[in-house]
Amino acid sequence: MEIRLVGQRVLGWVDDRFPLSKLWNEHLARYYAPKNFNFWYYFGSLALFVLASQIITGIWLTMNYTPTAEGAFESVEYIMRDVPWGWLLRYLHSTGASFFFIVVYLHMFRGVLYGSYKKPRELVWLIGMVIFLCLMAEAFLGYLLPWGNMSFWGAQVITSLFGAIPYIGDSLVEWIRGDYNVSGVTLNRFFSLHVIAVPLLFVGLVAAHIIALHEVGSNNPEGVEIKKTLNAEGVPLDGVPFHPYYTVKDLMGLAGFLIIFCGVVFFLPEMGGYFLEAPNFEPADPLKTPAHIAPVWYMTPYYAILRAIPDKLLGVVAMGASIGVWFLLPWLDRSPVKSIRYRGFLYKSILFIFVCTFITLGYLGSHPPTPILVLVARVCTAIYFLFFLLMPIYTVLDRVKAVPERVSH
Amino acid sequence: MNTDEMNRGRRRFLTASASVIGGVGAICAAYPFLASWAPSVKARALGAPVEVDISKIEAGQKITVAWRGQPIFIVRRTPEELKALETMADLLRDPTSKEPQQPSYADNLYRSIKPEVLVLIGICTHLGCVPLYKPEAGSVEAGWEGGFFCPCHGSKYDMAGRVYKGVPAPLNLAVPPYQYLKETLLLIGDDSHSGGVA
Repeated sequence: MEIRLVGQRVLGWVDDRFPLSKLWNEHLARYYAPKNFNFWYYFGSLALFVLASQIITGIWLTMNYTPTAEGAFESVEYIMRDVPWGWLLRYLHSTGASFFFIVVYLHMFRGVLYGSYKKPRELVWLIGMVIFLCLMAEAFLGYLLPWGNMSFWGAQVITSLFGAIPYIGDSLVEWIRGDYNVSGVTLNRFFSLHVIAVPLLFVGLVAAHIIALHEVGSNNPEGVEIKKTLNAEGVPLDGVPFHPYYTVKDLMGLAGFLIIFCGVVFFLPEMGGYFLEAPNFEPADPLKTPAHIAPVWYMTPYYAILRAIPDKLLGVVAMGASIGVWFLLPWLDRSPVKSIRYRGFLYKSILFIFVCTFITLGYLGSHPPTPILVLVARVCTAIYFLFFLLMPIYTVLDRVKAVPERVSH
Repeated sequence: MNTDEMNRGRRRFLTASASVIGGVGAICAAYPFLASWAPSVKARALGAPVEVDISKIEAGQKITVAWRGQPIFIVRRTPEELKALETMADLLRDPTSKEPQQPSYADNLYRSIKPEVLVLIGICTHLGCVPLYKPEAGSVEAGWEGGFFCPCHGSKYDMAGRVYKGVPAPLNLAVPPYQYLKETLLLIGDDSHSGGVA
């Protein structure tokens, strides 16, 4: 009784000076989320977990890593062999990078399935897309740090992309690299960006993403706005407090996730060359390109689009557009309904074709460009862009079903 | 003068002029941060010219040396290879080297000072990979006359580093500035004394 009283007085003292209870209530205890969240709704909180895990393992890796051309490769071997538990920290971080993308791709696909990007959640989607760009930048910058041969040539190819910009391209590339070629100077600045600049931005954007979401409220698999049906206290009838209902559900999801994640960390950390690539077990060699350059799996769809176009500038533009076009999604989709459950056969089949195309592009981007595969990549690139370009038409033509007033019981 | 009424015009002027001056200050303050990314004195010093002895390169052979951290290809071409360069034009994007990818003294059919000695920056003009040296006829595809093939995205160049049509690379391989110090001694990265002439 006494302790409880002291606790209340301390909380009261803090609340008079900082909105602690207010924040707790607004974002957890009295944040009403739709009661019908399903499996797909795990991935937001899982992404947050992976972010925290990447930051913590990253801080620990930094303690033993040397960001110089002379020392980087060796220091990673040192971490793997001599640092107590260093192998675990590194595998958690490298596997975490791939799982970050798995979780974020599924999180984004959930948004597509249930129309979560549509009004009034356009800004939630846009902020999320900027986070996705940050994630790609962070992954690319981090990939150079082990200073393996694939690290080097990956950075060489990606920094060369900026050379496609007319007039300023070549000096821009030199400015980014800080040298005439990718070198220790580049490694050092990528390290700085990877451990300080992008993570700071990342955390700020994630906060903005959640604040924007909690302002408009979560969507749900039915695509029905629960805020339309409130009880006498102004609480959505079909909502439940995020805490304890969804904190407990998400912990359950986290347990399942950790089983798979740890399985990979302990038994398949290289994932047959998809998570850690074979040429990267050789130190960087500026005079020798690996026989076959492929980015890590999460970048391959865009890389396949880049390769599909036989023109440097257009290839780079197409690759940029293939990511940038996602920003327009809230305005390209003209359908009156949000959720896939109430969309018609037309939209469902087109989305299915798109998913197959995206996976095919991912496959093509990790394989050498033989003439037949380049042809397939060109067809897939066309389908990829047609999915977006024709969206304002087919979402209007689609025969949608009637959406119920409330989340079904 | 009524001091209770604010002078909106003056406020606007003060706000605007303060914003402009502050903005200029912000841009000036940003400059050192941006300029700091350019190659340092050390990086530029490491980019100094390199001497290469080419006396041991046999006809048809290629050596690779590093200049500015970039691979420099030096090839001693055979008379047959030089002859083949004359008939390539239809296959190439820029057969007469119109794009400024070479110093003026290498702006000729062979893209070199001495016809047989080819000096190139071995970096694909697409995305910076190192192309493979494929001198054997037919080694890349049927009708291949010898040249360079980039394994990353399949760009092709002939034995003078001229880019083929229909590949992702937009430009011919670059020729670095170079000069002959002696009959068989090259200086890569500097052509100031002789203008490249042997």
